[in-house]
Amino acid sequence: MAVATEQQILDGLAEIIDEIVGIDKSEVTPEKNFIDDLDIDSLSMVEIAVAAQEQFGVEIPDDELRNLKTVQDVINFVQNLQQNGANA
Amino acid sequence: MTDKTTVVVTGLGATTPLGGDVPSTWSALLAGRSGVRPLEWDGVEELPVRFAAQLAVDPAESIPRPQLRRLDRSQAIALIAAREAWGHAGFAPPVKRNRKGEIEQPAPDTGFVVDGDRLGVVVSSGIGGLHTALNSYDVYKEKGWSRVSPFTVPMLMPNGASGHVGIEFGAMAGSHALVSACASSGEAVGYAIDMIRAGRADVVICGGTESCIHPLQMASFGAMRAMSTRNEEPQRASRPYDKNRDGFVLGEGAAVMILESEEHARARGAEIHAIAAGCGYSGDAYDIVLPDPSGGGQAKAMRRALEDAGLGADDIVHVNAHATSTPAGDVAELASIKAALGPAAERITVTGTKSMTGHLLGGAGALESVITILTLREGVVPPTANLEDLDDEVDLDIVRGEPRPMPEGPAAALNNSFGFGGHNVSVVFRRAV
Repeated sequence: MAVATEQQILDGLAEIIDEIVGIDKSEVTPEKNFIDDLDIDSLSMVEIAVAAQEQFGVEIPDDELRNLKTVQDVINFVQNLQQNGANA
Repeated sequence: MTDKTTVVVTGLGATTPLGGDVPSTWSALLAGRSGVRPLEWDGVEELPVRFAAQLAVDPAESIPRPQLRRLDRSQAIALIAAREAWGHAGFAPPVKRNRKGEIEQPAPDTGFVVDGDRLGVVVSSGIGGLHTALNSYDVYKEKGWSRVSPFTVPMLMPNGASGHVGIEFGAMAGSHALVSACASSGEAVGYAIDMIRAGRADVVICGGTESCIHPLQMASFGAMRAMSTRNEEPQRASRPYDKNRDGFVLGEGAAVMILESEEHARARGAEIHAIAAGCGYSGDAYDIVLPDPSGGGQAKAMRRALEDAGLGADDIVHVNAHATSTPAGDVAELASIKAALGPAAERITVTGTKSMTGHLLGGAGALESVITILTLREGVVPPTANLEDLDDEVDLDIVRGEPRPMPEGPAAALNNSFGFGGHNVSVVFRRAV
């Protein structure tokens, strides 16, 4: 899969979040914290991670998922994996 | 009369095969309309029964998709019915809690604000999230465990509806789900009455839900030979007390009531629709699916209900019967009614509303409680539909053809529900006068 730009990852993630928890795409901005700002629970985060894995072609292990607290964290994580090709 | 706390009904809600709310369901009942429709599934021709009483209104019309995808259909419709009952009772929109557990109070002047610590929930389901269990198993087989929804467990557990209702309305006095097959939500009403009498709650959201119209369920009940196979005339299939009845018709839906201590209801000036006077239970201790042929268990439940309500047989004017349209069950219940009420049974009216709604299993007791409350409040008994040729063994006054007006003044009515497992429950409602 081609490496996605930061904007493409943000758009893709916003779409997934809209679909799964019904938060408007415009609310999903890089600095937002999933729990504190977007009020997303942990099981929904699992669903979002599974959808993100399919969309971006990366693996997000459970212990990594715990560290992904903001939208920017996910963007960085996906970009890093796409560029380096492995869960380094 | 007894010295027990008086419990009243202040709100009603339902989504049924006859309508998406209580008023539309009630008007269809008075019109004698059937909610039964043919099933339109691929492969339906393989099934012994190819029709059911399916919901009139899809839950997707009122619940947005993101919320709906984490609710089993049985849970979604319980929420819809609970929302209607809550609004009907004149309560303010529920308090909201965010993921951090902080509580957001409703806007002022939007209705009475219920104290969450004094609010309970008893919402039952007989089967639980059957659609979820089976659909998730399909996903597992096709795509593996990691694609199974993380919400599968809360969606398939039979207490899920109770949990969701409790969360939505901030009910912290206790949230319960009694599971006793087709007696489940009759027992939910009984438990709710007891919660208020015991002083555990001032207000209880109680009811039942069921949604299991699935090929497996058609096959399973079909294998028991319990369902009507009148595939050529689905709307005429559910016909309690008719000579040509041949089994029950599966239905889906949810019904919810707001029960409240009379003191609490009067203090806030609430409209009282009926008095939830009492509830009686018994166990057949006979067979896992067949009712005790002597009818002793059913009669005991009715007698205990009267005793619990402090009423005599002469106070009863009407029975909303369990009457599922099975050849043996309908007449056995009439014998039980006569055993329980004695000579007073000659003067009552009986109706079987499953002729129109189908059999909601774990939702039946709650829906028929709502119907019994409306029957008392409106003073009119909905007819038993499809009753064309009365069974020779029927010797009580079954309302059929047209709705029948009831006498004015004090009146009480029983609502019977009996479930596989030998669970018998009878709830008594009194007219509010």
